[in-house]
Amino acid sequence: MNELNKIRAIWLREVIRFWREKSRIVSSLILPLLWLVVFGGGMRSVQLPGVDNYQTFIFPGILGMTLLFSSVWSGVSIIWDREFGFLKEIMVAPVSRASIVIGKALGSGTGALIQGFILLPLSLLVGIQLAPLSYLLLVPIMILLAVGLVCVGLLIASLMTSMEGFNFIMSLVIMPMFFTSGALFPMASAPGWLKIAGYFNPLAYGVDLLRWATDGSTITTLPVFAEVLLLSGFTAAMIVACTYTFSVKK
Amino acid sequence: MTMNVKPGLAVETFDLTKKYGKITALDRLNLKIEYGEVFGLLGPNGAGKTTAISMLCTINSPTSGTATVNGFDIIKQADKVRRSIGIVFQDPSIDDRLTGRENMSLHATLYDITSSVARKRTAELLELVGLSDRADSQMKTYSGGMRRRLELARGLLHSPRVLFLDEPTLGLDPQTRQHLWDHIEELARQAGITVILTTHYMEEAERLCSKVGIIDAGKIRVVDTPGNLIGALKGDVVTVVTGRPSEFLVIIKKLDFFHSAEAVDGTIRLSVSEAEKKVPVIIEAATAAGIDIKSVSIHKPTLNDAFLHFTGREIRAEDAENQLKVHMRAMNKMR
Repeated sequence: MNELNKIRAIWLREVIRFWREKSRIVSSLILPLLWLVVFGGGMRSVQLPGVDNYQTFIFPGILGMTLLFSSVWSGVSIIWDREFGFLKEIMVAPVSRASIVIGKALGSGTGALIQGFILLPLSLLVGIQLAPLSYLLLVPIMILLAVGLVCVGLLIASLMTSMEGFNFIMSLVIMPMFFTSGALFPMASAPGWLKIAGYFNPLAYGVDLLRWATDGSTITTLPVFAEVLLLSGFTAAMIVACTYTFSVKK
Repeated sequence: MTMNVKPGLAVETFDLTKKYGKITALDRLNLKIEYGEVFGLLGPNGAGKTTAISMLCTINSPTSGTATVNGFDIIKQADKVRRSIGIVFQDPSIDDRLTGRENMSLHATLYDITSSVARKRTAELLELVGLSDRADSQMKTYSGGMRRRLELARGLLHSPRVLFLDEPTLGLDPQTRQHLWDHIEELARQAGITVILTTHYMEEAERLCSKVGIIDAGKIRVVDTPGNLIGALKGDVVTVVTGRPSEFLVIIKKLDFFHSAEAVDGTIRLSVSEAEKKVPVIIEAATAAGIDIKSVSIHKPTLNDAFLHFTGREIRAEDAENQLKVHMRAMNKMR
């Protein structure tokens, strides 16, 4: 019970921080809108197999991208906590490492989710009308994806000593994950090597599931239950890996 | 969490050692600190002060040896150690986007303090450090001294029996430093707790500490009250500046009235009883040997002289300057 309170306290701290930086929330919506409205609009006339409306098609992909960017970055932001000493305050407190990781992951995940939720009504802009069932399905998928990706960020942070690796993360982790996820094109018609990369990319399953939840009609790479299992497995494995990493005393 | 008063020591270390590769940061530290003491680890940068404290706070694991804090082993009972101590780190460790009260409340939850107790203690402690009226402002609007005071209050929130302060007044202006000393004294007195602090400011150690351990190059040199440490230097300190220090030392050693003599960078410090009467003799002897003396001064011994006596070197101003620069960089990054 006490540990739950502690997780809640760490979660709350993240949420308060997120809430107090409203300018960041607004600016984080600019990139997805550019992709959706400008890029999506420009590509509208391009014919892709199995794609009726390109903007409708990439909407779940852009949702996945928003979760990817904000989750990984807020995970990496633990470097600031370390640099500014706040991490020390938590690390010397009588609280288990698992609670620290879970609190941080849930807190950062909440921030990412809020950004995702703000995007949902914007689907109207590109002519998608989400059914109530879609919302119900989207929420758990977004949570799984966000928490797993925050842990990816936390793991990267544990390997980094400063924010100097910024470009490295961007070009070696975030962008490759984005481009091999099928966010911008159907994986079914992609070349073989790209498909293989997609099989190893948890975000590909996330985007697939988001797309399935948005309109239900798109054919997924693997059966839906298999993708749900894989994504859950990924998130669980990331939490375990993070807890282990943060338990090792330097 | 308040613990029952029990006999024994607040801190006891047993050959506590930390090595980083080939460098020995702390070499077989053996210390006994009694309850109620304000104990200061005094030494220059890199002496091993922070290393020692971070092992006692269970942030760092020793390479060999161990220690007990409040009777709990720092390796086997780390969790119990953590619950029974308060820590104010050298670098700021508050969240500057949260308000003072929010920082306190987070700390309370992490240390299992019920919310009614936490509210009461928070109000009391904020009053004590003079931050009541700013409790609901975000920390980024606080000055350096205010942040420090909040950290002090936070470190005491869970009623620890031992409070660790790592360089508590580093980077603060003299006035704020004085102010913080008052607070530390007041808190130690009111809460009746044991305080263990590190510092490289002589006046800080002299002002606050009931006992001082002089530490240099990873080794503890001597532990005693500031009074006894200074008293170890019998008589007054005569400082002589000359262009030929080694020749001067040879001459002066023939005069047998001084207790000790140390040469540091062309400055010679002599410990002499009734210095007023002996200075003319010293000058005479030097002049007779043809050694030119640039200046002579007499002063009552201070902790600085004692430090010099026990380590054979001085904590130089530039040491403090360097540390300050690193510290300021960390502070600036926060903004």
